[in-house]
Amino acid sequence: MNYLRGAFKPACNISITFTDGKNRKQVPVKKDNGQMVMNPLFHSQETIAGKVCIEPYQGKKVEHNGVKVELLGQIEMYFDRGNFYDFTSLVRELDVPGEIYEKKAYPFEFPTVEMPYETYNGVNVRLRYVLKVTVTRGYAGSIVEYQDFVVRNYSPLPPINNSIKMEVGIEDCLHIEFEYNKSKYHLKDVILGKVYFLLVRIKIKNMDLEIRRRESTGAGANTHVETETLAKFELMDGAPVRGESIPVRLFLTPYDLTPTHKNINNKFSVKYYLNLVLVDEEDRRYFKQQEITLYRLKDESS
Amino acid sequence: MIADDDEKWLAAATAAVKQNAFYMQRAIDSNNLKDALKFSAQMLGELRTSKLSPHKYYELYIRASDELRSLEMFFRDETGRGCSIAELYELVQHAGNILPRLYLLCTIGSVYIKSKDVTANDILKDLVEMCRAVQHPLRGLFLRSYLAQVTRDKLPSIGSEVEGDTETHMDALEFVLQNFTEMNKLWVRMQHQGPTREKEKREKERNELRDLVGKNLHILGQLEGVDLVVYRDTVLPRILEQVVNCKDELAQCYLMDCIIQVFPDDFHLQTLDVLLGACPQLQPSVDIKTVLSGLMERLSNYAASSVEALPNFLQVDAFSKLNHAIGKVVEAQVDLPASASVTLYLFLLKFTLHVHSDRLDYVDQVLGSCVSQLSATGKLCDDKASKQIVAFLSAPLEKFNDVVTILKLTNYPRVMEYLDHDTNKAMAIIIIQSILKNDTRIATADEVDAWFELIKGLIKDFDGLADNDEIDEEDFQEEQNSVARLVHFLYNDDPEEMSKIIFRIRKHILTGGPKRLPLTIPPLVFSALKLIRRMRGGDENPFGDDTSTPQKILQLLTETVEVLSDVSASELALRLYLQCAQAANDCELETVAYEFFTKAYLLYEEEISDSKAQVTALRLIIGTLQRMRVFNVENRDILTHKATGYSAKLLKKPDQCRAVYECAHLYWAEEGENLKDGERVVLCLKRAQKIADAVQKMANASRGASSTGFVSLYVELLNKYLYFLEKGNPQVTGETIQSLAEIIRSETKKAEPGAGTYITSTLRYMEFQRQQEDGGMSEKYLKIKMEW
Repeated sequence: MNYLRGAFKPACNISITFTDGKNRKQVPVKKDNGQMVMNPLFHSQETIAGKVCIEPYQGKKVEHNGVKVELLGQIEMYFDRGNFYDFTSLVRELDVPGEIYEKKAYPFEFPTVEMPYETYNGVNVRLRYVLKVTVTRGYAGSIVEYQDFVVRNYSPLPPINNSIKMEVGIEDCLHIEFEYNKSKYHLKDVILGKVYFLLVRIKIKNMDLEIRRRESTGAGANTHVETETLAKFELMDGAPVRGESIPVRLFLTPYDLTPTHKNINNKFSVKYYLNLVLVDEEDRRYFKQQEITLYRLKDESS
Repeated sequence: MIADDDEKWLAAATAAVKQNAFYMQRAIDSNNLKDALKFSAQMLGELRTSKLSPHKYYELYIRASDELRSLEMFFRDETGRGCSIAELYELVQHAGNILPRLYLLCTIGSVYIKSKDVTANDILKDLVEMCRAVQHPLRGLFLRSYLAQVTRDKLPSIGSEVEGDTETHMDALEFVLQNFTEMNKLWVRMQHQGPTREKEKREKERNELRDLVGKNLHILGQLEGVDLVVYRDTVLPRILEQVVNCKDELAQCYLMDCIIQVFPDDFHLQTLDVLLGACPQLQPSVDIKTVLSGLMERLSNYAASSVEALPNFLQVDAFSKLNHAIGKVVEAQVDLPASASVTLYLFLLKFTLHVHSDRLDYVDQVLGSCVSQLSATGKLCDDKASKQIVAFLSAPLEKFNDVVTILKLTNYPRVMEYLDHDTNKAMAIIIIQSILKNDTRIATADEVDAWFELIKGLIKDFDGLADNDEIDEEDFQEEQNSVARLVHFLYNDDPEEMSKIIFRIRKHILTGGPKRLPLTIPPLVFSALKLIRRMRGGDENPFGDDTSTPQKILQLLTETVEVLSDVSASELALRLYLQCAQAANDCELETVAYEFFTKAYLLYEEEISDSKAQVTALRLIIGTLQRMRVFNVENRDILTHKATGYSAKLLKKPDQCRAVYECAHLYWAEEGENLKDGERVVLCLKRAQKIADAVQKMANASRGASSTGFVSLYVELLNKYLYFLEKGNPQVTGETIQSLAEIIRSETKKAEPGAGTYITSTLRYMEFQRQQEDGGMSEKYLKIKMEW
């Protein structure tokens, strides 16, 4: 069996390293199989440079029709699995056709790459950045190696950030007024606010604040919407009386949030909502959903 | 069933708390912050239950809060280990459930304050604000109670560990006040949770929780920097605002009491206006009397314990404020039962007595207020109210120990008028007992009037109640005995005043009616007789006033005693006549004495028909007459003759015999030499012996059927002979005695039981006298020749 394995195994080992790989920040990414791996983090406009090493196995030579490295930005829809849509594609030819007998290193560089979208792993859609090294061979099939990396982009502080304030109610039953201090929050932000009870005629059991993510994929008639509740945060226990004002303070840190994505390459959108839910003693739910915008602030540590 | 479930749930919850506490502790031991938070949150999650009764929930809470202490320590240590306290403060707020989150927040908050990294106020404000999120009454109460507990020793105030200027401890104050307000709201709200039919049970449970709310007031009371100004300007108004606005009976009642008990006396004194002002605003169902009573009691004790405080009482005019407030309350609460309003006045009175013991006018004012209150309700028929009035009226008695002082209170009798008959009497007895106990003398005629006004319940029947058959005879006697005893306390050394007193007493007593008179007249008579004797001892007539001569008084007594014979108490009247006669005798008033005797004889003849009574009366007459010295021979003869005559007419022979030999004494007065008629003495004795002989014959005739005891008659006669023999009556001869002894001897053989010892001791006495060597008697006895 030993020789057989030798026969099917690729003729060479390809490794991709980044120039500042040792110092660059690594972030955890969940793979398809559920495992977490650490990937280097880049931002848009950064230069992505590194080295590709091709090392043939002992006593083998690699005959090829050229070696190239590509930087790809891909969107993958899960209903269309395996079919990638590349929105960014940059190529560097590393070698002309020939043979490799021993370990050979090819430095590469993509200067100031425009990477407008963030890496995203959703329910139905995935956006990823990858370096793809291809050793093209004629008959034996090309040897391909991938290296994922993560892109995150900072947003500036929004110039306008109004609070969300609203009065809602069911006539003669429940009237509340709630307020969140902003409409745009960065990912480590804290939502402050209060809920003021103007009229309470139902027996409320508790009140929760939920953070919901709405991911919509596709376009037109094929639009597919998936909503997830990422956070369920109890705001109040028991039934308030008229005139009570209940504080809201929700730290966003513990939750796995991303910035709001609007119409990424006409393929998908990710929106976030705050859902204020009142539950009465018969477990009926009264809720009001408000969209908030999430963004990544420069200042933060990740 | 429900209780079982309760137990079961508690057991399950307790087990879960224990388990999570164990994991939490393990995480703490291995410095695993994340797990420590996770398990502590899970542990606290058990407190989210709605299944437990307050009582059981309390047990669970105690357990959980105990466990939190080690978490608090852990937090404190953790801050030294690089995790900043601000981070921890954020971290605990990631907990998804509100209740564990807030417990953890309070815990870390207390550590935060202690670390001084941040001003205590910011944290306190944040905590008390965040706790609003728990609106469930029971859980909220306990959460806030935990908050109060963990921050209690960290409240910034002057001198405490946490530094603070004036402003900051105003904030600490604000914190406690706010926590108090919120807790009270939750507490009050509890009554509306759940079905109406269980309301009573719920109120009971709610009552058990009251100390959680009250604890805040305790904290306020101990908060440093709460001085009078702060208390007056901030603390009290805020508390009262909450108390009044919550409109809940249970809470108002408890909290008012709490305020009164928690804060210092002089605060109350200085803020009486405010505190009292709140009272009429409370719910009508609030037991305001308990509240005010508590306050007045407290102030009374304060006054009693510290003399320095008294000027303050005067300065703030505490009395009139209280009086006014009570008036307001009574006015505001229309349905206030009489007993409640009386209780209020009772406490006001006690307060007055403590604080202004020198101000009788205040006391009278209280009584007056009470009267005007009572006048609205009319006579009291309610037991409770009556009891309160009795206590109310007894208070000054106890304080002054002096009825004379009470007599100065013009409103006192007016209050008594509102008592029902029985209570009125009971009260009168209390007053009398006070006199008896304290030996109070009532020394002027006017006081006597006032005094009888007070106890008139005992003195006369009330209109419309005259024929009350339910009166217990024994009780009645008891009452009247008290009155009788009392008469002797109405006394003045000055005879003139005393005679006035007697006239007044008589006036009052005569209103008493047939049942009372026999009991009340005797003391009056004796009191008067005592006076008469005193007058005799002094100058003949030291004052020109003719109302107070012995004659006048005796005249008065005649009329008085006459009343008795009208109410068929003739025997008593007779006795009293005889007493009066004696007094007249002592005063050398022959005609008066004769008059009394005449009356006594008339009574004897006309009214006394019972033979036993006749015997007794006759003895009294004889005894009295024997001692009379004022009569001239003629008068005396008439009276003596009459008495002897009565004696011979008694029904039973033995009685006749005895009465007759008693009459012998009438001829033999001890002192008066001119009154020793030995012959007639012997004549009487002889007649007596004849009657005894007749008795003997009758006895012999019906021997065996009944033994009438004639032997003892003989023995008695023998003794009479011996008596006169000793007194030196020359007419008593040895032979007479001998023959008598002879008869006795022959009769004793027939052995009459009972007479034996009498005979033996008589004989032994005779023998003894005979053998006396140097005494004068042996000579006389030797005349008797005895052959036994």
